[in-house]
Amino acid sequence: MFPPLQDLYRIAPEIVLCFFGILIMLIDPFVPAGRKRSMGWLAFVGTLVALASLRFMFTHLGSAYSGLLRVDVFSLFVHGIVIVVAALAILGSFDYLDHENIQRGEYYALLLFATAGMGILASANELITAFVGLEISSISTYILVGFRRTVLKSNESSLKYFLLGSFATAFFLYGIALTYGATRSTRFEAINQAIAAHGSGALLILGLGLIFVGLGFKVVAAPFQIYTPDVYEGAPTPVTAVLACGPKAAAFAVMLRIFYSAFGNASHIWFWAIWVSAVLTMCIGNFAALVQSNVKRLLAYSSIAHAGYILVAFVAASEIGVAAVLFYLAAYAAMTLGAFLIVAHVGGTGERRLDVADYAGLGTNQPWVAACFSLFLLSLLGLPATAGFLGKFYAFSAAVDQRIVWLVVIAAINSVIGAYYYLKVIVAMYFWEPNKEWTPSPMHAPMFIVLLLTAIGTIYLGILPDRVMQWAIASAQSLH
Amino acid sequence: MVPISYYVILSGVLFGLGVIGFVFKRNIITIFMSIELMLNAVNLAFVAFSREFNQLDGLVFVFFVIVVAAAEAAVGLAIVMVIARNRKSLNVEDVNLLKF
Repeated sequence: MFPPLQDLYRIAPEIVLCFFGILIMLIDPFVPAGRKRSMGWLAFVGTLVALASLRFMFTHLGSAYSGLLRVDVFSLFVHGIVIVVAALAILGSFDYLDHENIQRGEYYALLLFATAGMGILASANELITAFVGLEISSISTYILVGFRRTVLKSNESSLKYFLLGSFATAFFLYGIALTYGATRSTRFEAINQAIAAHGSGALLILGLGLIFVGLGFKVVAAPFQIYTPDVYEGAPTPVTAVLACGPKAAAFAVMLRIFYSAFGNASHIWFWAIWVSAVLTMCIGNFAALVQSNVKRLLAYSSIAHAGYILVAFVAASEIGVAAVLFYLAAYAAMTLGAFLIVAHVGGTGERRLDVADYAGLGTNQPWVAACFSLFLLSLLGLPATAGFLGKFYAFSAAVDQRIVWLVVIAAINSVIGAYYYLKVIVAMYFWEPNKEWTPSPMHAPMFIVLLLTAIGTIYLGILPDRVMQWAIASAQSLH
Repeated sequence: MVPISYYVILSGVLFGLGVIGFVFKRNIITIFMSIELMLNAVNLAFVAFSREFNQLDGLVFVFFVIVVAAAEAAVGLAIVMVIARNRKSLNVEDVNLLKF
């Protein structure tokens, strides 16, 4: 039986992304080795078409495939984030893949498949659908992380990501099985009704806990963040950029849906779990980042810390809290993507220049790159008039509205601690003696465009947040 | 008829054994098999609940889990192959370049 047409409209972006992914895999063998970059452009076109196809989703809001998917403004918002991240990451990967000698078609195809998985996660309205979406995006990223096949570090991070990722997935699945056993359904509304009718027994609480383990791994919430620095460091830097923005946004989206829509009636149970996890995540991320001298690893720890700030907004189980999470995800995507792509640029061939000392003198060698990097770092730090500041502001004020004061106090102390390591890199760029032995390679047009767009995005969200915040609030309202 | 709690407890025990194997074993392939054991514990739980509720849903979920586990195995074994080729070892303790 063929699904009704409007259901196809509701998964239009996924269809487009998979279509272009498969197209690339088919054409790739016929493209000569020197011209693989054309596959990247094809993938870029694919993401643009997928962005355009969001229009179909917008005109056909509602549930699809007998309620397995729920296409609402919330899902649109998250689709927007993950597809834009993929598009910019494709542009930012060209030079990197060239100088690492791994310019291949399947890289772009896998990126598109991963994005399609994230899209399904954003619309999932049923636990098994969420699981399938999670796995589509995870399995593609396992391969991408190990894409530098001959580099031992890349192998290692791929193995760690794969083993720990599958381990976490097994927990997620067992959580689904127990929830199914406790409520007789895996649909979010049905689960919520069952909890309202029968209360929450031991089976359900255990199931909820296991689901949190699985999702906590994907959103890098402590104590499941152990793998993050290793995987982020060993992965090709553009892939790290995607990992820090895309899958995280999609996993937070599905976590919002599961915890609010499916387990909304059990919020008294998960409130403290997430509260504690938020504190741990912030503290571990920030304190470990203090002692890092490798910039890529430093940003990995900073990404853990930011997951903690997002969890602060998550704990405030209110409409404004959901909106704050979404706004934070958008802001975080803009600044982190830019920051990691600059690390890819400065790192050079074989990623040899990752130390803070290698950034010495960047302010005089490549003032534009240094200026952009400073902007991203200051935004990550949370300086006013940048996206990061408003992200934190909305997140913390949402928590204060719900009288979760102590958590906000801890978060505020943590953001002050974070200032040290971000400023360390900026000081190195502008005040340390320039390194005479080498100068970073010149920047090419695609990378320049990406940096320009992410920088504009960071400033735009910091100065004129109203429009995006309105979308975020509309998304939050559509969740119920 | 065997009561459902027996099946659920058995699946819990299998899952626990998988977790223990994952944590304590040192060979990558054995760790990988432990994960498969955990997934099969999930399948057992799904089938048991499905039979208890007289629903088909749980049985369908099992197919999804099997398909995804197969895809995961394909990718996972490829990663293990690359590690084995580059390092001539399958012990996780030898895979230790990335550290705090």
